[in-house]
Amino acid sequence: MMRILLFWILIPSQGRIMTTNNKHDAGEGATRRDFLHIAAAGVGAVGAAGAMWPFVDQMNPAADTLALASIEVDLSAIEVGQTMVVKWRGKPVFIRHRTPEEISESEAVVATDMIDPEDDAARVVKPEWLVIIGVCTHLGCVPGGSARGDVVGEYGGWFCPCHGSHYDTSGRIRKGPAPTNLEVPAYTFLTDTRIKVG
Amino acid sequence: MSHGPSFEPKNAAVKWVDTRLPIFSLIHGSLGPGFHAPRNLNYWWNFGSLAGLCLVIQLISGIVLAMHYTPHVDMAFDSVERIMRDVNYGWLIRYMHANGASFFFIAVYIHIFRGLYYGSYKAPREMIWMLGLVIFLLMMATGFMGYVLPWGQMSFWGATVITNLFSAIPVIGEDIVTLLWGGFSVDNPTLNRFFSLHYLLPFVIAGVVILHIWALHIPGSNNPLGVDTKGNQDRLPFHPYYTIKDIFGIGVFLLFFAGFLFYAPNALGHPDNYIPANPMVTPPHIVPEWYYLPFYAILKSFTVNFFWVPAKLWGVLAMFASILLLFFMPWLDSSKVRSAKFRPLFRFFFWILVADIVLLTMAGGRPPEGIWPMLAAVGTVYYFAHFLVILPLLSRFEKTLPLPESISSAITKKSAK
Repeated sequence: MMRILLFWILIPSQGRIMTTNNKHDAGEGATRRDFLHIAAAGVGAVGAAGAMWPFVDQMNPAADTLALASIEVDLSAIEVGQTMVVKWRGKPVFIRHRTPEEISESEAVVATDMIDPEDDAARVVKPEWLVIIGVCTHLGCVPGGSARGDVVGEYGGWFCPCHGSHYDTSGRIRKGPAPTNLEVPAYTFLTDTRIKVG
Repeated sequence: MSHGPSFEPKNAAVKWVDTRLPIFSLIHGSLGPGFHAPRNLNYWWNFGSLAGLCLVIQLISGIVLAMHYTPHVDMAFDSVERIMRDVNYGWLIRYMHANGASFFFIAVYIHIFRGLYYGSYKAPREMIWMLGLVIFLLMMATGFMGYVLPWGQMSFWGATVITNLFSAIPVIGEDIVTLLWGGFSVDNPTLNRFFSLHYLLPFVIAGVVILHIWALHIPGSNNPLGVDTKGNQDRLPFHPYYTIKDIFGIGVFLLFFAGFLFYAPNALGHPDNYIPANPMVTPPHIVPEWYYLPFYAILKSFTVNFFWVPAKLWGVLAMFASILLLFFMPWLDSSKVRSAKFRPLFRFFFWILVADIVLLTMAGGRPPEGIWPMLAAVGTVYYFAHFLVILPLLSRFEKTLPLPESISSAITKKSAK
């Protein structure tokens, strides 16, 4: 099969020995020379695109960056109403020991009116522990509200100082330019007071 | 059309070189007596050469700074402090580079407004205008990446906010941001690549500047009257007339530059950038450098979703559109009269636009509280209305004043009075 194809390409045909001026007059559309030109340019283009890929992909996270997978956090020191901030993959993770009022408030509110409707139950494993990535989903600032004395915004959770996004005590966006709720990272409870993030 | 006598070398060595590589002819014809410019250019025409001077200052000071700077998250901040304290004249060279960036933008903004006022973007100068906008975009990218290098709080959070703009792109946005970062947040890989690109882009700018000047030398400079030159009575040889005028302008410019450099070197910066970067704490009020503020205000002015497009994407699209829009200026303003001198209504709206951009600059620098988000929104709407509604209508309905026959006749009439 390959030999026949090569034979067809390599052996000069009538079309090839004609000059370009009379090939259409001869009633022949595309010539084998046209085919060779297109095939050669096509192979060249695929090759060039293939050679470019390593130069694009080198920008993606390297193996050692990807290896920074998970951390374990001891929750026993966090009092009710307190928020601990830990660093995971270069980003802050907020771990809030929610008060009963905060839990009931988060559960009671009707999610359908929100910018990014989501029930509180879908955002927690245990209602008293809220674990969220502390990076505003607008443009990546760290919202305030974790430390005592911070501005907490109109919904009692967190407030992003950069462009004014208000988050509630479930980390859901309630007002401002952010499009989605604060992200909940993958985490599991190892014991009652110990979690593994990532 | 604006070309004077061709180069006739008298020196035998110069002649030998020039017949083999016509470099002397090139200089003669582009900056020397061989290039003829309109005789009525005013001081607003100085800012092109001033911008060129700024590029040279940035290149020289930047290459020197790179000899002392360490692009690593653990050492970048300290290496900049070492430049400031220990390297001989390091403080001077760094302040020169930091303030040089601001002055580069000042020169370029005045240069752009000059072009807008006198209609320099119109035929046959569209390519010059568009190449200029390419330079402007490259400058914005270069300035942004340079600001990240000292790895202070503003560096880090500026980089975070600006790279996150790309997350607004539907579907592939998050992957693009990861690709830009080389990780899951702005970190060492980000700093390294920004340093590499910050070193590269100024040379790309220099290349586009050459194209910009090449395109300029085909029709020659526009002028305050906006009418074409018709003969040598309308023109002057570039050298010595405009070389001297440009050098005088450089002297005045350097006075202002030195004033900032020696007496207020941090006036245009932010104190927060003298705090080392901390990925866990965002400063309460982060703002970009002053020269990005109007565009930042446009970005911030969208706070509600409409037409099923999230506010964040609207903001990002509007910010990019506000610059890309300028590429269409030659067609948005189709009036045959170039100079605002003969377009009273255009002139009025030009100054409203300037006021609007000043308003956006102020709104961009304020926290999103009180009246400022509203002012930013009004300013943004007006900005787009100016280019998309007012200009096309003006160019159709405005009654322009009669144009002078030629530059020389306008000047002789003026002196006769």
